[in-house]
Amino acid sequence: MTKEKLVDAIANMRDQEAIQLARQMLDAGVDPRVVLEAGHEAMAIVGERYERKEYYLPELVVAGEILKEIAELAKPKIRGEAAAQAKPRGKVVIGTVEGDIHDIGKDIVAFMLEVNNYQVFDLGVDVPASKFVDKIREVNPEIVGMSGFLTLALDQMRLTVEAIKEAGLRDQVKIMIGGAPMDDDAAKYIGADAYGEDAAAAVKLANQWTGGN
Amino acid sequence: MKKSPEELYQERVKRVLDACTGKVPDRVPIMGPYELFVYNYAGVTIKEAMNDYALARRACHKFLGDFQPDADFGPVLAYPAQPMEFLGVKWFKWAGHGLGDNIMYQFVEGEYMKAEEYDEFIYDPSHFMATKWLPRSFKALEGFAGFPPMRLMMWFGWTGLLTAFANPELQQALQNAIKAGKQLSRWFASLGRYTQEIKRKGFPLAYGAFSWPPFDIIGDTLRGTRGIMSDMIRRPDKLLKALEITTQLCIEYGSAAAGADLPLTWIWMHKGSEGFMSDEQYKTFYWPFLKRAIEGLVERGCIVVIYCEGNDTPRLKYFVDVPKGKVVYHFATMDMAKAKEMLKGVAAISGNVPNRLLLTGTPDDVKAYCKWLIDTVGKDGGYIMDTSALLDEAKPENVKAMFEFTREYGVYH
Repeated sequence: MTKEKLVDAIANMRDQEAIQLARQMLDAGVDPRVVLEAGHEAMAIVGERYERKEYYLPELVVAGEILKEIAELAKPKIRGEAAAQAKPRGKVVIGTVEGDIHDIGKDIVAFMLEVNNYQVFDLGVDVPASKFVDKIREVNPEIVGMSGFLTLALDQMRLTVEAIKEAGLRDQVKIMIGGAPMDDDAAKYIGADAYGEDAAAAVKLANQWTGGN
Repeated sequence: MKKSPEELYQERVKRVLDACTGKVPDRVPIMGPYELFVYNYAGVTIKEAMNDYALARRACHKFLGDFQPDADFGPVLAYPAQPMEFLGVKWFKWAGHGLGDNIMYQFVEGEYMKAEEYDEFIYDPSHFMATKWLPRSFKALEGFAGFPPMRLMMWFGWTGLLTAFANPELQQALQNAIKAGKQLSRWFASLGRYTQEIKRKGFPLAYGAFSWPPFDIIGDTLRGTRGIMSDMIRRPDKLLKALEITTQLCIEYGSAAAGADLPLTWIWMHKGSEGFMSDEQYKTFYWPFLKRAIEGLVERGCIVVIYCEGNDTPRLKYFVDVPKGKVVYHFATMDMAKAKEMLKGVAAISGNVPNRLLLTGTPDDVKAYCKWLIDTVGKDGGYIMDTSALLDEAKPENVKAMFEFTREYGVYH
């Protein structure tokens, strides 16, 4: 089956073959939604391999690039309704806290949560506490993820948790933190529910918190 | 009898050199590259330090007097705001320029070299840097896009090529470069002055030169993290060719340390840590080039400090393969006991006091951690006490505990 071939090519980093296959499928009149589905299936495989430490950043980046190129080919051909999305496992509001503009770690976590079927609201970098609060009010997530690379993030995260508390939203969300200066003690200091060492740990925490494994 | 500054200077140089080269010094040295902490301790914001060079020197003198590190960095990490503002640096945000007044500068990720430009970089790195990288990096140097290829000047090439200098945009860019050069000279004069001042007080300078791993030279300000990660899979041959060039650049950057009293070349490691790439990718794209650069720097008379900023435990098996007694590995996150066991007799170790602990812990927590480090890694020399990462926010009493405890407990008998 061509769809399986496409999944295999993306998941195994054969970039040119994947794009060529996608183009052929679309030219042959295959439903563009099937092509996009193949992309999502491949991403799930890439995510699993990343969690097993078979894949690292290069594979995540390349899989993302291939998917983007394929989506650009497929999307203009979609007529009518887009494919029905599977019901997300949960909602996550994520961002790098105010004063810190590092995004790589945060982006990987957001990516991994997405491929694990979470709906991710990425607030970007240098995110003030009030913006976290507003977004939590707006989308009502189960989980909040805060990222920070610099030591200033420790106090800024603490402030952010404080603001969430003051807004009366603390009991509605589980909060996870991550980044270079963080550890379990930092989570206590900040008032977060848990520290995650990497993106795989973030997924594990999210699954626990949403009642899975 | 009280020691003279000259004696203290020699004593400190010997202490640091002994530790770096794997000998047993009189005690565990303590030093490191500190950023924000130094200025905040003196009541100065990083914005003020970056704008007022005399103030930055005064803050560093205060830190030096109160903490007495065995070697000092001085104000080199408070980059000069004036020329940065004037040039309009695009890949940096700093206090007063996109960040608050007391926040350390941070790098803005981007593709400052595009994927399809590898060949151009490989063919003539200087011309690429002049016509592509400079204009993309500095607003005031955008006119360098029209800089002529110097490699074609010979015979009558110059007749056509020199007409480039009649272009008003290039002329303006050259004028701007002259002005920035003058501004930067004032900053370097301040750094030079500080070095002389601390030498008279008995303190050596902790660095001879800075450099970057061949992989990170491309991954930081040329291709960016996403770019270089993609290149490892999508254009490996071009990346490998470019790494041959940046290996030479790494050596060229770092060789200036040779001949200094402490000939230390600090190599700032960014993207080789655990999590970024697989072992296979590391041994293909990262380590072989870094190893050659280390060997090249050692050949030229430098001692190389490999400043690891992530978790490098999985890389230890490669780290053992360097010239003996010429390399110091600084570790942020690391299985320190394992590192000591593997690197003993090969390379020295520094760092690992968690910055988080220095901010949120107590002096007793800090002392306990330092004791463990001295007992475990400091055993038989070859260890320098330092923080895990460049020191920003921290409680002064915790930093003091780290210094005082090391001076007392770190003595070798």
